Amino acid sequence: MTASAPETAGKPARGFRIDLKTAGPLLALALLVLLGITLNENFFTYNNLTNVLARSSFIGIIAIGATFVITAGGLDLSVGSMAAVIAGVMIMVMNWLIPSLGIGWSVVLAGMLAGILLGGVAGVFNGMMITRGRIEAFIVTLGTMGIFRSLVTFLANGGTLSLNFQVADVYRPVYYDGLLGVPYPIIVFAVVAIAGEIVMRRTTFGRHCAAIGSNEQVARYSSINVDNVRLLTYILQGVLVGVAVLLYVPRLGSASSTTGVLWELEAIAGVIIGGTMLKGGHGRVWGTVVGVVILGLIGNILNLQSLISPYLNGAFQGVIIILAVLLQRGRRNG
Amino acid sequence: MKLTKSILAAAVIAGSLGGAAVAQDKVTIGVSVPAATHGWTGGVNYFAQQAIDRLSTTYPNVDFVFASAPDSPKQIADIEDMVATRNIDALVILPGDPDAMTSAIKQVKDGGKFVTVVDRQLSINGVENLYVAGDNPGLGANAAAYFKEVLPEGGNIVILRGLPIPIDQQRFDGFMGGIEGTKLNVLAHEFANWNRDDGFKVMQDFLTRFPDIKGVWTQDDDISLGAIEAIRQAGRENDMFVVGGAGMQQILQRVAAGDKLTPVDVSYSPAMIATAIELTTAHLVSNVQVSGRYILDSTLITKDNAARFLDADSPF
Repeated sequence: MTASAPETAGKPARGFRIDLKTAGPLLALALLVLLGITLNENFFTYNNLTNVLARSSFIGIIAIGATFVITAGGLDLSVGSMAAVIAGVMIMVMNWLIPSLGIGWSVVLAGMLAGILLGGVAGVFNGMMITRGRIEAFIVTLGTMGIFRSLVTFLANGGTLSLNFQVADVYRPVYYDGLLGVPYPIIVFAVVAIAGEIVMRRTTFGRHCAAIGSNEQVARYSSINVDNVRLLTYILQGVLVGVAVLLYVPRLGSASSTTGVLWELEAIAGVIIGGTMLKGGHGRVWGTVVGVVILGLIGNILNLQSLISPYLNGAFQGVIIILAVLLQRGRRNG
Repeated sequence: MKLTKSILAAAVIAGSLGGAAVAQDKVTIGVSVPAATHGWTGGVNYFAQQAIDRLSTTYPNVDFVFASAPDSPKQIADIEDMVATRNIDALVILPGDPDAMTSAIKQVKDGGKFVTVVDRQLSINGVENLYVAGDNPGLGANAAAYFKEVLPEGGNIVILRGLPIPIDQQRFDGFMGGIEGTKLNVLAHEFANWNRDDGFKVMQDFLTRFPDIKGVWTQDDDISLGAIEAIRQAGRENDMFVVGGAGMQQILQRVAAGDKLTPVDVSYSPAMIATAIELTTAHLVSNVQVSGRYILDSTLITKDNAARFLDADSPF
């Protein structure tokens, strides 16, 4: 029923058709919201929606970085493990600085700085291996995925790294409080999304990403510095993972080897649901935001209903993801 | 060079003398556990290493080969290597996925080795000489008994489950059996994958969905920690209590401090691997009879007995 929408829209004038079809992810989102409203009266409450958006913000911010990487024809599988290791190091840095800086915002700010820096460094490493080492992005980031994951397990001695109790209380509001009732994670997510959309659409860097992703050779002949642009996408990805972790750490104040497991797949799924092509060449930051919110809502709706057995959660998720992409298939073929 | 040689010679002599003293040859024990993918398996790795260090000092004639594997193929390769290249006399194994590991473990047993299986039941009976495990149905039943005791009038509860594997089902069945016939009403149960982040998400949604919750059974302390943050965020700490399981230090400290939100915990200690290694070593060095099934109690940990379970060095 939902899949028929693009077909009926195929008849009218061209401009109108494209409009409706780029709206594929939005349509899926709207259907999901309707489903949520019919299943549970508490779904469309301010509290529930801010809950879902706030906890989607980590994946969302990471996925915006992934949109650039994928648009430029690359791939980064290491983001989930990178998030875990950044969270671990941030916690260790903050705990270690308490004796010299005391309990307070200076410790938290130092931790945040360490997190962003480490993200950037990890991005430089991935990017250099791919662009200067000439190794496939898939292999490099598969390797760093394993390296980062073991590192956090090693740092935590197989257990869990926990932030000092009092510092956690200072840091806690970053996740739980907000401005005018809007939690900070949502605000940061929105700012990153708007900035990302502008960079992708309005800057040379954004256009170069798309050019490289659609045809690397042509981009090279057009005197685009392919290696540097690619390197930049991985650095941006790393820094954004750092930003996401800044918001993640205050939530539970801990990191372990289970932190960020499968985040890379969720981020990539969000990007693709949003209409960015996996083979590169075309990226939509706003689409990624919609894609990530769709993924967040699926989990939320499953927890708010009792019609679908919890044993079938995975199947329901799969169906929605395929449906959301199917809505866009119509766009390309019809 | 000369020095090294004489040290070596001394070591050989000392070694043979030591061996003669206990009138026994060197024995080798292989220990294979899953990689530390979550808090509990992290504890398993820690307690295994600790037991190995302790026993190596006590029994100089016992060698240990320790391996930690992220998946079943690697774990099978590990134990094949132990048999082929290290000539082990006994194997202590906590199989990551018991069904996948059964035939490989049976081969070790058929090769005449002493086999100890920990925590997870193999799919064929009688493969292992010694079985050491926690009490999963008991973990559920003991938690259920506590719910019955503090909510005699009944009330609404929610359950956050682990991963869909047999251990989780045994715990769940144990709990549901325990509350049968009471007025306790299970509003919903969802998988939270023994993970803090998932515990947070599922609990947040349960709080949105149900205005009246008296108790939360998470059957795992990692899930509890996530759920507790969600409850704090909603400002409903005073409406309910959370019962986990496993005996994680962070939770035990809260129990010991008399926290109202986490009044009790149920033990399911990763230290069971140490019990298994100790028993296996005892069998090899002194030939005491240890074969059989050892089920460690899943005890209810309250404010009064929490001190007994606290261990400042444990990473779990």
